Amino acid sequence: MTQLTQALDKPVAAPRSSARRSRSPLHGGPLAYAVLIGATLLAVFPFYWTLVAASRSNSELSSATPALTPGPNLFHNIGEALQQAEIGKALLNSLIVASVVTAGVVLSSTLAGFAFAKLRFRGRGALLALTVGTMMIPPQLGVIPLFMVIVKLDLQNKLPSVILPSLVSAFGVFFMRQYLVQALPDELVEAGRMDGASLLRIFRSIVLPVARPGMAVLGMLTFMATWNDFFWPIVALSSQNPTVQVALKSLGQGYVPDQSVVMAGTLIGTLPVLVVFALLGRQIVGGIMQGAVKG
Amino acid sequence: MALSSTARLPAAKPAKRPGGLRRRLAPYGFLAPFFGLFAAFGLFPLLYTAWVSLHRVELQTSDRMDWLGFQNYSRLLSDPFFWNALRNTFTIGVLSTVPQLLMALGLAHLLNYRLRGRTFFRVAMLMPYATSVAAATLVFAQLFGRDYGLINWVLSSLGVHPVDWQANTWASQFGVSAIVTWRWTGYNALIYLAGMQSIPGELYESAAVDGASRWQQFRHVTVPGLRPTIVFTVVVSTIGATQLFGEPLLYEGNSGGGISHQYQTLGLYLYEQGWTFFHLGRAAAVAWVMFLLIVLLALLNAAIAARRNRTDR
Repeated sequence: MTQLTQALDKPVAAPRSSARRSRSPLHGGPLAYAVLIGATLLAVFPFYWTLVAASRSNSELSSATPALTPGPNLFHNIGEALQQAEIGKALLNSLIVASVVTAGVVLSSTLAGFAFAKLRFRGRGALLALTVGTMMIPPQLGVIPLFMVIVKLDLQNKLPSVILPSLVSAFGVFFMRQYLVQALPDELVEAGRMDGASLLRIFRSIVLPVARPGMAVLGMLTFMATWNDFFWPIVALSSQNPTVQVALKSLGQGYVPDQSVVMAGTLIGTLPVLVVFALLGRQIVGGIMQGAVKG
Repeated sequence: MALSSTARLPAAKPAKRPGGLRRRLAPYGFLAPFFGLFAAFGLFPLLYTAWVSLHRVELQTSDRMDWLGFQNYSRLLSDPFFWNALRNTFTIGVLSTVPQLLMALGLAHLLNYRLRGRTFFRVAMLMPYATSVAAATLVFAQLFGRDYGLINWVLSSLGVHPVDWQANTWASQFGVSAIVTWRWTGYNALIYLAGMQSIPGELYESAAVDGASRWQQFRHVTVPGLRPTIVFTVVVSTIGATQLFGEPLLYEGNSGGGISHQYQTLGLYLYEQGWTFFHLGRAAAVAWVMFLLIVLLALLNAAIAARRNRTDR
């Protein structure tokens, strides 16, 4: 389950052909560059400062004139964070949870998205309306019954408790439906039927190859949202078996008194997402802009 | 709203051919994985919350439910901390949403210019969005530190009196809002940019021919063309603001939302009721109130959007 992040990062999907980018109407002047560079500095500075604080000693952090450049203590602090806050285990747990959830969401969304986009069946309109209608309701509001279910199933503090509720996503279904409505020609499906292929066969050899780019975008967004998921994991898990966010919460609640160690933990907890972002930033930007609503 | 209309898009119509029961049931097979889990872990908890809210349920004995009727609700409505949280959710919501969306609109306008390094700017501005609530809050809590925080150091070296970003009500709410604004401004700027790029360039050209200044073009071409996108971002940000939780929880690391609850939000109040005071039933009542609030806000947004559309014609 993904809460704040999810509700916010799930815009209405409406993939558009990438060729249709209108010409930029105006050239940017020096003022435009100045403002954009200022905004970029504001966006990036906290990352730089995390590195600074994570590489200093605690006493340097609480001195009258704060340090503004990285110091020599980075690896020492990271070592402390790994030891004191189970960050190593947290990284592994988060990797497992986010991977399984991403696979589940992408697969179930593509299956259902295909059915909604290209198949005719009774109750289609109602089921789609139900999916879209609940998309905007924050899953955070269902945590109490969910917690009771998890306790009953004896899954508290175990990874399935955070995996199971997140395995499907209404947004994902809607996203893949929108994608396939445009990307998959009816004739292709029809041709498969003429050849007598079963729907499952059609799905495997016709739908999946066409759906792949959409699946990739959905996968990236899901992975990031799951990695960053906060409310449900802190309810379902504990600091003994944490995901990264649960471990960060423990850090923030003073389990580790040393501020520079807290910052080191924050740094390595964020690093994997930043690496993904450095490698795929362009695609993620494209995915989010594709997902934006259109007039 | 734009959402409901999409459900009525024309359906793809494969020709009817003999295939029998198997073929007619197959589509449901494709939906089964999604709807099976969605019903169990999405719909059921949402609806069952209402039922739980009518019972006394304690955290440690969560399988035992004692009927209470509306007592959880009457208790809630007579709790000053509930009203405090509601008020804070509103003020922090305004503080974090309004500047954020205005700045995003301005940045999107600039990003829409012909620029060198456009991809760099876009990726850099989206980086805060990739950061988790927890990580961002821990870093900002440091920056906003009262005694050794960087922001107060900058303020005092500029000759401004340092601010108590924790104990002071407005300052603390500003601090929490700053985290939200930092994380979401770039994201919303990209959403607006996508909307701007679908506005035909000819509109700007003819506006320029008519002698419209850049500002007038922005006001009379860009903003009207973006209206659906703006409505969308307002709805999404309002929903996000209504359930704000991680930022106020980790700002100082307690579920009370500050020493005098000065920045406790409804989301935090829900968590405190359930997981600090162990009253799951009361927490469920808070959740249900939040749900009604969100429905109300969505309706309000839809009504305003519909009204503006009518007056425009």
